[in-house]
Amino acid sequence: MGAHEAGTSVGVVVPRRIGIETALTLDCGRTLPRHDLMVETYGELNADRSNAVLICHALSGDHHAAGYHSAGERKPGWWDSAIGPGKPIDTRRFHVVSLNNLGGCRGSTGPNTVDPATGQPHGPDFPIVTVRDWVRSQALLADALGIERWAAVIGGSLGGMQVMQWAIDLPQRVRHALVVAAAPKISAQNIAFNEIARQAILSDPEFHDGRYYAQNVVPSRGLKLARMLGHITYLSDVAMRARFGRLLRDGDGQFNFNFDVEFEVESYLRHQGQSFVERFDANTYLLMTKALDYFDPARDYGDDLAAAFRGAQARFLVVAFEADWRFSPERSREIVKALIAAGKEVSYALIDSDLGHDDFLLSLPDYHRVLHSYLGRVADEVGT
Amino acid sequence: MSGPGPSIPPLRPELAVICDLIKPDSRILDLGCGDGALLLHLARSRSVRGYGLEIDAANVAACIGAGVNVIQADLDEGLADFADGSFDYVVMTQALQALVRPDLAVEEMLRVGREAIVTFPNFGHWRARLAILNGRMPITPALPAQWYNTENIHLCTVADFEDLCRRSGWEVLDRVLLDRAHRRGPAISLLPHLFCEIALYKLRKPVAGATAGLV
Repeated sequence: MGAHEAGTSVGVVVPRRIGIETALTLDCGRTLPRHDLMVETYGELNADRSNAVLICHALSGDHHAAGYHSAGERKPGWWDSAIGPGKPIDTRRFHVVSLNNLGGCRGSTGPNTVDPATGQPHGPDFPIVTVRDWVRSQALLADALGIERWAAVIGGSLGGMQVMQWAIDLPQRVRHALVVAAAPKISAQNIAFNEIARQAILSDPEFHDGRYYAQNVVPSRGLKLARMLGHITYLSDVAMRARFGRLLRDGDGQFNFNFDVEFEVESYLRHQGQSFVERFDANTYLLMTKALDYFDPARDYGDDLAAAFRGAQARFLVVAFEADWRFSPERSREIVKALIAAGKEVSYALIDSDLGHDDFLLSLPDYHRVLHSYLGRVADEVGT
Repeated sequence: MSGPGPSIPPLRPELAVICDLIKPDSRILDLGCGDGALLLHLARSRSVRGYGLEIDAANVAACIGAGVNVIQADLDEGLADFADGSFDYVVMTQALQALVRPDLAVEEMLRVGREAIVTFPNFGHWRARLAILNGRMPITPALPAQWYNTENIHLCTVADFEDLCRRSGWEVLDRVLLDRAHRRGPAISLLPHLFCEIALYKLRKPVAGATAGLV
């Protein structure tokens, strides 16, 4: 398969399920006696276990960050642009760990996995998890893998929030924190988008209060709408104009005077929505948006973000994208400002971009040069 | 970050002079830090900690590659991200004349830092004066661009700058006038305003009514 370029791809990867047998008490007060996490790793762990890097995924991500699941697969993992031999997160130097977060829908314990107590999927009974819960769960994973301290914890968007939480909650376990296209907490506008996404799902007649698995249906219309809305916010106005403009799908340039797909942008959104329904679970989507809404590490420190960061021991790299309005550069500057006020080591790169929030998944030259430069030093530092 | 690292090239003479003005173990903010050479040198030789501000993407990547803390930002946007008195020194080399409001920039430097160090090309250098006498805008080693494509929009002479210092109430702690080789040459001591190509000032803003010893 030509897509699996020799030399720059990690190639075919095999996910594994790791059982976390330690009980985990969540922010909501409930305790999970055990849980499973789906994990992929790329690159070798060195002898002194100092070269491990944790990848934290965003809203719709999972453990499959790089490579392919089979030789015939066409589409690589979600961050394949950045992870691989010779890429910024260089698997020749780092042992990269990527997981599907607790509450996810790709094999880790979550709403769509079976509750051993009932023999039924957890569905809406699955507890609402927070970014802090994920960090606790990821720390148990690190214990299971024998990783005392990450060379770096890296994430974009909601993933970047996990990175910050790691640096705050477990300072001695993070050497470097790479926070990409994130925010110290989301705005009312962002919560509003999430609420509409949730309402789309909750009001779908096939949602059945979250117990749709038993009915053999999925709230596909609601989930599709939620994703369509999300996609609008991941792209800039400029990018949408450049990509779709007002192009009509029919070549004749005539309006149809009906509600079928007519403009290219409608076709794009419907396609994105539909393909999302095929790979994602609505209950997980609800949980993920809630984790986003709740994230606010300053809250425990008198709403003082600098105070939250004061105990951090990591060095930070914060990256934002010019065209990103969902997690705008101003929000990243708030993180940087707080880190400076806390006297932390931090660099900030503002990447000239067009696409929007999704820029963090692309291989923009300025962006990857920054990641490469930073992580090259990290690799030197940990002696890999 | 790691060990001794690769050997670093010698500093530009102008930066070497700045190094001499900075106390070990201090905190510094370098505005327009370029590839981070000054900060890297200060970190290695004087355990100085701090950040650089830089707008150019290639320079930002170079700083990051060198392990220098760099914040990608436009100097004209000001220093709102930095708290009052949060640095021992705020340094700006050869950027003052390219700013929209150099006077406000220095005020900001003195808000954020206890001392400010600025360098700028002296428009009163004899080459510049000669060019003006001949009816042309100067093209000199320190001012190599044409009038229409130069980034320098607020050029001044040593005398102009000192006048601004007086008006603004900035105390001049140190003045170093560098000649064409960016050194303290003999001609400089004779006719400083004519032979100075790069001027360096170390400034402080006396706090009204405050007594010495206030940190």
